[in-house]
Amino acid sequence: MALPKHPFRVIVDKEIADHVRSWRFIILLSLILLTCFGSLYISISNFSKAIKPDDPDGSFFFLKLFTASDGSMPPFHVLMGFLGPLLGISLGFDAINSEQHSGTLSRILSQPIHRDYLINAKFAASLTVISLLFFALGFLVTGLGLMIIGIPPTAGEFMRVVFFILLNILHVAFWLNLSILFSVLLRQPATSALAAIAVWLFFSIFYQLIIKLIAQAFMPSQLAPPEAVVRYQELILNLLRIVPTQLYSDATVTLLMPSVRSLGPLTMEQVYGAIPSPLPLGQSLLIVWPQLTGLIAATVLCFAVSYFSFMRREIRSR
Amino acid sequence: MSENIIALSGLTKQYGRLKAVDELNLYIKKGEVFGLLGPNGAGKSTTILMMLGLTEPSAGSVHVCGIDSTTHPIEVKRRVGYLPDEVGFYENRSGLDNLLYTARLNRIPSAEAALRAEQLLQRVGLYDVKDKKTRTYSRGMRQRLGLADVLIKHPEVIILDEPTLGIDPTGVREFLDLIVQLSRAEKITVLLSSHHLHQVQQVCDRVGIFVAGKLLAEGDIPTLSATLFAGEPYTIEAGITASAEEPSKPDSASPLIAQLQKQLGEIKGVRSVSYDKGLFRIGCTHDATALIAGAIVSAGLGLTYLNRKAYGLDDIYNRYFEGSNVYEKAF
Repeated sequence: MALPKHPFRVIVDKEIADHVRSWRFIILLSLILLTCFGSLYISISNFSKAIKPDDPDGSFFFLKLFTASDGSMPPFHVLMGFLGPLLGISLGFDAINSEQHSGTLSRILSQPIHRDYLINAKFAASLTVISLLFFALGFLVTGLGLMIIGIPPTAGEFMRVVFFILLNILHVAFWLNLSILFSVLLRQPATSALAAIAVWLFFSIFYQLIIKLIAQAFMPSQLAPPEAVVRYQELILNLLRIVPTQLYSDATVTLLMPSVRSLGPLTMEQVYGAIPSPLPLGQSLLIVWPQLTGLIAATVLCFAVSYFSFMRREIRSR
Repeated sequence: MSENIIALSGLTKQYGRLKAVDELNLYIKKGEVFGLLGPNGAGKSTTILMMLGLTEPSAGSVHVCGIDSTTHPIEVKRRVGYLPDEVGFYENRSGLDNLLYTARLNRIPSAEAALRAEQLLQRVGLYDVKDKKTRTYSRGMRQRLGLADVLIKHPEVIILDEPTLGIDPTGVREFLDLIVQLSRAEKITVLLSSHHLHQVQQVCDRVGIFVAGKLLAEGDIPTLSATLFAGEPYTIEAGITASAEEPSKPDSASPLIAQLQKQLGEIKGVRSVSYDKGLFRIGCTHDATALIAGAIVSAGLGLTYLNRKAYGLDDIYNRYFEGSNVYEKAF
């Protein structure tokens, strides 16, 4: 007879089942499906226009599926950058406080399990759901695109798509952890959802505005030496990169447009003599490595804080 | 020592400046049904949380089944079933699913778990609704499902925190009977916390009175009342009017009253005399009703009401929970 499942697996299984059966997930799924098909439709109807003879990305037909747009609707990767946080927040904002609210938290924690199983399992379950969803969607778009345009992706393009999906998962994982953190810290699910959405809105709208203000205040004069201008440019870029969404969009652009060679300012000397040709996948990954590390670090930080405060918490019933 | 399945010694929990549990020493024997009786906010729940390792004591030690709850909570939780005061279930799952989930968390093999879950549901009278979602359950049904949930892991000890809160009187009766039956049949030690004296009295072998973080007294009910009221087992209440004709109630400042108070205090066996709004309350070591009545009448006051009572459970309750200034002390 098989041994009974490990309690951690039991919780993960139950959480996944809860997610998949919930209305919230169905609504999000339909939203994301709509996005996928909408952007696929737009990119395919503009496909011929998107391919230009002198385009350095020209040989990467297939990636155009994810980036081409006529301006009526943002391309796939931009939409995902927008919807990803929403998905992450909505899967995590009530992870702990709803259990507390319904009185199940003290009942579950009085079972012989380690306390961190619960929070780890919640994270693992949501991440599993997100990963499955994104891989399914990514491959669905790839497959449909393949059927419609009839050009198979090269191995390099396929790997880029896979990395793009992984990047999406990582991005959502950050927002998921942020919302789990709020669900540990705040008692009301509505408040924690609002707090997470507030952070998201702040970073996606107001932060850029604030940076713009700072940038104007510190703008070097026209006579400043070029080094000062470069330093200034890099400072502003780095300030922008505190936002996980900026890291995500930097990384996606590099992955989906192989001709992108740098995410910072380049001097004339650096560009001089360079042939405008696409980079191999390894080089593109090298460029986005800091972005990936930053995203992972932010995710781990959020998780660590929520883990710590959950472990120290006294578990009262309700 | 090995006989004590729950042993708390010098247990203290401090929240800022408030001592929720203060140097608590409590020993409970195997197979006993122990009632922890105290008003709201006395520290009962905190004590229970410390027994389960859900919160850390500031000082002292907790041993359940001989295991330290603070350092080895998992081992303790394997042996102890806990029913929180407001038990919750996953509302979109059926009662049976909720039980099976608990069984799986306890690593009970699925065939055995299914069998036991059905038996328990039958036992607590929820077999007919086992496939209904728990959100449709009433308060009493939830509580009974909670009991089944606690029992599914074959606990040695069950801890019930205010288990009868919000259930109607017949429901309470059935629920408590069920607990006692189960405890006797399966030799389970039960710790029951409540602020309902009568319910505790119905089922518990021993009771501990717990107020403001301190255990004031413990023992079975007869011993309790004997020890608590050893000094003044009788109280006599006498209603007074200003004179036999006049119905107005004299206030405590009147010289007549002060004099009478003094007189009453001199009667043999009277330990305490208090007066408030036309009512004397006199505590005595033996029955002095006749002497007291005589004293009042000879003082020229009207006697409208005379009541002698021996202390019962309600008085234990009043004396310790309401009479003393428990709440002021706590803050």
